[in-house]
Amino acid sequence: MLTEGGSFVKGMIMGSVFCLVLSLLGSFGPDTESRMEAHHHHHHHVKAQSTDELNQLTDSQIQILTHKVRVFCLIMVQPKILVYWATAIDTWSKHCDKAVFYTSEPSKALEAVNLNEKEEWARFRKALRHAYDNAGDLLWFFVAQPTTFAIIENLKYLLLTKDPSEPFYLGQTMKSGELEFVTYDSGIVLSYEALKRLVHVFQDEDKCPERGRALWKLSEDKQLAVCLKYTGVFAENGEDAHGKGLFNSKSLNNLITDSMSNNPTDVVEGCCSDLAVTFNGMSPNQMQVMMFGVYRLRPYGHRFHDSLVFQPPDGSDND
Amino acid sequence: MKAVGSRFSFYAGFVLGTFTLYVFLRQLSFEKTLSAQRDKVRESQLLEEDAKTWRKERSALFNLRHPHHAGEDSHMADELYKKVRVLCWVMTGPNNLEPKARHVKSTWSRHCNIVVFMSSVDDPDFPTVGLGTEEGRDQLYWKTIRAFHYAYEHHAHEADWFLKADDDTYVIVDNLRWVLANHTPDEPVYFGRRFRPYAKQGYMSGGAGYVLSREALRRFVEGFQSKQCTHTSSVEDLAMGQCMEKVGVLAGDSRDSVLRETFHPFVPEHHLTGKFPKSFWYWSYCYYPIAEGPHCCSDLSVSFHYVDASHMYLLEYYVYHLRAFGYKYRFQPPSPRSYDVELPNSPDAAVEKKDPVSQERGRGDEDDPPWAGRKQEADPPAADPADPADPADPAAPAR
Repeated sequence: MLTEGGSFVKGMIMGSVFCLVLSLLGSFGPDTESRMEAHHHHHHHVKAQSTDELNQLTDSQIQILTHKVRVFCLIMVQPKILVYWATAIDTWSKHCDKAVFYTSEPSKALEAVNLNEKEEWARFRKALRHAYDNAGDLLWFFVAQPTTFAIIENLKYLLLTKDPSEPFYLGQTMKSGELEFVTYDSGIVLSYEALKRLVHVFQDEDKCPERGRALWKLSEDKQLAVCLKYTGVFAENGEDAHGKGLFNSKSLNNLITDSMSNNPTDVVEGCCSDLAVTFNGMSPNQMQVMMFGVYRLRPYGHRFHDSLVFQPPDGSDND
Repeated sequence: MKAVGSRFSFYAGFVLGTFTLYVFLRQLSFEKTLSAQRDKVRESQLLEEDAKTWRKERSALFNLRHPHHAGEDSHMADELYKKVRVLCWVMTGPNNLEPKARHVKSTWSRHCNIVVFMSSVDDPDFPTVGLGTEEGRDQLYWKTIRAFHYAYEHHAHEADWFLKADDDTYVIVDNLRWVLANHTPDEPVYFGRRFRPYAKQGYMSGGAGYVLSREALRRFVEGFQSKQCTHTSSVEDLAMGQCMEKVGVLAGDSRDSVLRETFHPFVPEHHLTGKFPKSFWYWSYCYYPIAEGPHCCSDLSVSFHYVDASHMYLLEYYVYHLRAFGYKYRFQPPSPRSYDVELPNSPDAAVEKKDPVSQERGRGDEDDPPWAGRKQEADPPAADPADPADPADPAAPAR
């Protein structure tokens, strides 16, 4: 026993020395390449149109597009996050053309469509179904949690020249193995066609089961991607005209801090798009600050002549 | 048996030893090259950026590149930049250059015409001016006195207005120019967040920043020469206010055309969402009535205080970058008198004047004449004597 132990230790020492010698002799460099390239997995991208394209639109085209690009917001709430729910009501959701709050169970304090469903994926399905049935003439659907802050005008900027009768499934994409999906945190965008196909595949219990498979439970966002894939709809990363991501799963404060360590000479440029659509994980107070920062605070004398005009919502004082 | 066992242990140990050390070395090496690469790139980037933005002359930074944004129409801002020249001096110290002043330099100070960083110690690289004082709270008024004297002696003819800010103040210089544009540098006036006690006409909060006209600065310097003003206390803002009063400089009203404050002694979050307890000093100090919630702060706010490093970049992003595409702002600020007032459609100004309902202009115009867009709730009933239909609000500051 003792001899074996001793041999083991001797072996370890010899092994370490062997390794050291090798590293001193050869170019035992680390594979920095393999570490860095991990981020370059292939995305599908959807970019916003360029300013030139926008400037070429006629007035009547602009009118039509303004009507077409209206957004139906589905906000998935729960009574246990009441303060976020209230903040969403008081802040960004006022800029949706139609905002419907879907709750897992009823709350005495705030009104919502009660889906009466504790299971996340089943609830998600019900909400989408309800939205599809109540869409009216709205052609774009945005699903978010109240912990996400969305700038709907910038979402419209991204969608402006996209055709909702084509299947679009947009947001911040990530890959889980071979499955590319849009992350829930940063908001999910579906065109009417995508939603239509989704509602259709909901009926297929094999491809898109209602309760999810008990053995391996996928999160709602991954489950959505699986179902949509069966209908030929694939996740695409939403970007501005320069290729910068528009959907953020982190808070602005975190993104700024990250940028301070990654791009200390160009913190703001290196951080986030000027026309960002979503940020996630901001506190309710920070969301009020964002309302002020987006819809009010600005430097005098700097103007943008945007092709479209969006009016401020009625009965609101923080934008 | 024994021999086999011990040989096996040896091999096992050998493999484990090799593996462990390999991982260890790889980690070390990786971290070293990565940080070395980063440092080198950062240093050269920093130098490059600086050389492009500033012309360093003596200890002042003269703005070469008035920051512009892709796709924006900044002709109004450019005009004010030329006509309302602001020298910003930032109160800092040798220990605060890295953690604080550096971020001021990278953000808002780039929008000043001239910026001078005032410290107790000379630093030719940053650069900072050495005022020959010590550091510390009790030195604040001394530093202020010397800083203003320095600005007067070296730059009196190169600027019209002289702003004092701390290294944790964020200033939106374009909005400062809007506030100042209806005044001239020959007026004896100074602006800031007006506080009430201890001085008859009030005084301006130090942390929120304050700005003196060239005439006010001249009188300040004169005041010290004639001994009308002396170093009365180390409470910089109050002492400043008392001197201003003695030499006949007016404490101006910096509120916007709907009476919202523009200079702020705290960060936006506190003003927008904070509920200050009634016992808090703030309530008794503010010269004008305090508004909590959204009405606390003008769309064209000029300053915030207690802004740390990351907050500087956050504010820069909010002010100069993030916006809502196509959004028509509720508040349409009146353009400064005697400046280029643009009427986008009709060449017939007389017709426009009588028509209070502005047509769908299709643009989020900031230069709408004061009488337009009155249907919107927050619009300024500007005291314009030329417009008879205007319900001039006597309490509103003359714009």
